[in-house]
Amino acid sequence: MTSLSELRAPKEARGVGALSSGNAYAVFNRNLVGARGTNLWVMVSGFFEPVFYLLSLGAGLGGLIGAVELPDGRAVSYAAFIAPGLLAAAAMTGAIADAAWNVFFKMRFMRVYDAMLATSLGPLDVALGEMAWALFRGGLYGTAFLVVMQLAGLNLSWTAILAIPAALVVAFGFASVAMGITSYLRSFQQMDWIAFVMLPMYMLSGTFFPISQYPDWVQWIVMAFPLWHGTELIRGLTTGALDWSMLIHVGYFAVMIALGIVFATRRLRALFLS
Amino acid sequence: MPNGVAPVIRAAGLRKVYGSTVAVDDVSFEVAPGEAFGLLGPNGAGKSTTMRMLGAVSARSGGSLEILGRDPDRQGPEIRAQLGVVPQLDNLDTELSARENLIVYGRYFGLPHAVVAARADELLGFAQLEDKAKAAIDDLSGGMKRRLTIARALINEPRILLLDEPTTGLDPQARHILWDRLFRLKEQGTTLVLTTHYMDEAEQLCDRLIVVDHGRIMAEGTPAGLIREHSTREVLEVRFGSERNAEAAVALADLGERVEPLPDRVLVYAENGEHVLAEVLRRGWDPVTSLVRRSSLEDVFLRLTGRSLIE
Repeated sequence: MTSLSELRAPKEARGVGALSSGNAYAVFNRNLVGARGTNLWVMVSGFFEPVFYLLSLGAGLGGLIGAVELPDGRAVSYAAFIAPGLLAAAAMTGAIADAAWNVFFKMRFMRVYDAMLATSLGPLDVALGEMAWALFRGGLYGTAFLVVMQLAGLNLSWTAILAIPAALVVAFGFASVAMGITSYLRSFQQMDWIAFVMLPMYMLSGTFFPISQYPDWVQWIVMAFPLWHGTELIRGLTTGALDWSMLIHVGYFAVMIALGIVFATRRLRALFLS
Repeated sequence: MPNGVAPVIRAAGLRKVYGSTVAVDDVSFEVAPGEAFGLLGPNGAGKSTTMRMLGAVSARSGGSLEILGRDPDRQGPEIRAQLGVVPQLDNLDTELSARENLIVYGRYFGLPHAVVAARADELLGFAQLEDKAKAAIDDLSGGMKRRLTIARALINEPRILLLDEPTTGLDPQARHILWDRLFRLKEQGTTLVLTTHYMDEAEQLCDRLIVVDHGRIMAEGTPAGLIREHSTREVLEVRFGSERNAEAAVALADLGERVEPLPDRVLVYAENGEHVLAEVLRRGWDPVTSLVRRSSLEDVFLRLTGRSLIE
């Protein structure tokens, strides 16, 4: 990533703001040790949210709706349509729960990063370690949900297995950007802004119905949302409706991840090593 | 500074500017290996900013700084790897137990688990927290948290320990236990650099210190040397009632090297306080209470940094 190497201004390459000691694992390890204690049940609860949505909307509402037509012309059950959307949305909410809320607490109240950055660790270690943790959780939830989908007969193609790495890519994109944004926020009121942005994205990004229901100009707006790209990518994989446009979705997240890492790392450095 | 020993910290003309605020103006000092060095000063004097630069987490705006022979603006992580930092505000990890705090922190330095696990048990012993190994951080007292923070700062076997107001907010018992632990470290040869605004702490712990105000060094020396240089051997404190103190100070002005009227008492700085007290009585000034004491670092500090409230 060229943008990352640009971040290393020559003068500071190994100075106070040196980016990394190559030890992001120690940051990940901190979360792993912490999770063994009190956080475990909070973590397990994160699995149930998409499962409840699937039960109520897929089984309940789906009975009324019947089939939904995919872009390739095939008709699939409503449950098979929304399940990949729920998976993408769960990847987003899980990533943001870790990279926004947990990071906010660690930054403002627990002073975890003050402590970390007084050691050999650099801001890139902290950013990558925190994101890796968000992905680890997201990966566990995603895999569990995909197993539920398999048992319910909602995976229509063998490519559904690729939905796990795809969900990780989606989670990575949201985690990296959310961490950078969170670094600017100082109060709980400001943290509510994140929910304010997430909710419309959740409701409108084609999670619950095809965006072809919208007028053209609304469709263009929705197609700018990252969650829409995540939903389309994962839905293509679980339904087997493969398409070259999926590369655009992957590309969208590659850019988002790269920018997010640079952004979060710069912010950590500005806040704690200046 | 003992001759012939290379200093572990060498600061010359150190300066830190935030926007238009000059936090540290022109600070120069050296610290010898094994020395206990103190930075004294009122709030906002620039102590914590200086400590952040020494800790290689803040780049200097000017001057030169060398820590363990390295320049923090070029080799920040290498320097941080050899430092132990005890920050002013506790930042123990409240999601981890006491022992986990030590182990996880040690891993931040890239040390193997087996090494830090063994050191963690040793350090819990050093911090007198063996029976608290599994305790949650929130269940520890203020003094225990500080000792654990010091133990944590020692997990990488640092060559220099930086302590920013280590005993602020602790009760006297907890302070004395902490001082005892710091003495142990000093005996073992660890270099200590600490800030404090407790003068008794500075007198107890520091071999040498600087008094900082407005980002500049006001005085430098050993505690005893500073007292000799900036104060008299003894101080007579006499109270005449708040109505008469100012008047008395004028009448007794010639009795000491310096006479300082305060709202509640008059301080007479002199070589022999008892002699001065006898003369005060002979002149017919009958104090409500009187006290002769030795000069302390606090007298020096207040003389150099003033008595007005700084916040």
